[in-house]
Amino acid sequence: MGTAPQRALALIVARELAANLATPMFLIDAAGDLVFYNDAAEQIIGKSFAELGTISALTWGEMLKLAKANGDPLRRRDSPPGIAFAERRPAHATLQATALDGTVRLVEVTAYPLFAKTDEMHGVVAIFWETERS
Amino acid sequence: MNVRIWGCRGSVATPGPDTMRYGGNTSCVEVRTTDGVSLVLDAGTGMRPLGAKLDAEGVREVHVLLSHLHLDHLQGLGFFRPLFDPEVHVHIWGPPSPVQTLEERIALYLSPPLFPVRLSDIPSRVTFHDAPEQPVSLGSAQVVAAAVTHQGPTVGYRITDGGGSLCYLPDHEPSLGVTLADLDTDWISGFALAHGVDVLLHDAQYGDGEYAQHVGWGHSAIEHVVEFARKAEVGRLVLFHHDPYHDDNELDALCELAMTMLGRGEDAVQLAYEGMQITFGVSEALR
Repeated sequence: MGTAPQRALALIVARELAANLATPMFLIDAAGDLVFYNDAAEQIIGKSFAELGTISALTWGEMLKLAKANGDPLRRRDSPPGIAFAERRPAHATLQATALDGTVRLVEVTAYPLFAKTDEMHGVVAIFWETERS
Repeated sequence: MNVRIWGCRGSVATPGPDTMRYGGNTSCVEVRTTDGVSLVLDAGTGMRPLGAKLDAEGVREVHVLLSHLHLDHLQGLGFFRPLFDPEVHVHIWGPPSPVQTLEERIALYLSPPLFPVRLSDIPSRVTFHDAPEQPVSLGSAQVVAAAVTHQGPTVGYRITDGGGSLCYLPDHEPSLGVTLADLDTDWISGFALAHGVDVLLHDAQYGDGEYAQHVGWGHSAIEHVVEFARKAEVGRLVLFHHDPYHDDNELDALCELAMTMLGRGEDAVQLAYEGMQITFGVSEALR
């Protein structure tokens, strides 16, 4: 290949899907960085992807501000995206998400790993389904 | 390296008086490395006459690099004369699948009722390889493949040899669901394969007015090809995989459109045609 950087096709295709969905969708790459979220997901975070760009693995958990459905703290690795990334399996949960503007939403979160081959994970897709807002 | 096109039609062979100038055979491109090794890009119907030529030359080893297994890229394999010569070693490279091996998938075609001879009865020595994700040396050429946006497992190839570089993306829809002009290049399917090559052979199936009815079919409109080539800073764009419903005059019009979009002439963008020979190191047109 040439020397130009290139994302894995699984991520590229997932981004194409996300860009055309009205459902909030996040993409995490194999390094754990949040590399894309769609327009619908702007409401969950509170800022557009164009404003923030790629968010490192160390900080996206803080930005999403996920908590258990009852408001108790939630370790990032116990969230569906964290489970999908660390344990390489699908996960689902009902969580609280607090946007940068302080809006709290109750969301169903589904996350699953992207495997182009059985032993090669290219990243994680996380889809948020808003069920309640406060 | 020397490159010759034996078939550049997309989807289905299209012989007839309306396709005489650009040809009706489906995808097949011969690459002869600087040290004489034979590479064949795809096994469309153009492979039949190429096989006769290689047989007459007494070639004993051939590498067939398949972009994917749609029939217009595979149909010529059963009529490739070297495949029926026990003295020949044929290497077949193609995209991996999580479900079946390359050999198993090709055997679906090379077996009854679709074909009279079973793959297991082919007399030549045949070795199957997954398309190389890391560069491999085939003779003096370095060859690397990467998965690209199309229907089903599909790869493109980049071949570098003797100071020249070629990228082959015959079936490719990098604009699916996105606007290429707005994307960072690392998010564009096929970009790293094509970046900076001397010659890009790229899917150019549709006129811009036709694409809307074919979104997701795995092919590109002229507008997409031009933007892809511009972003990839290729030396020369060769429009490939002509739609079977486009006659020679319509192809000429598409090429004119591409040249207008690029603001360049024939040195920068050309239509692939059967018999076309490509030389390297002469064009910096799009850079």
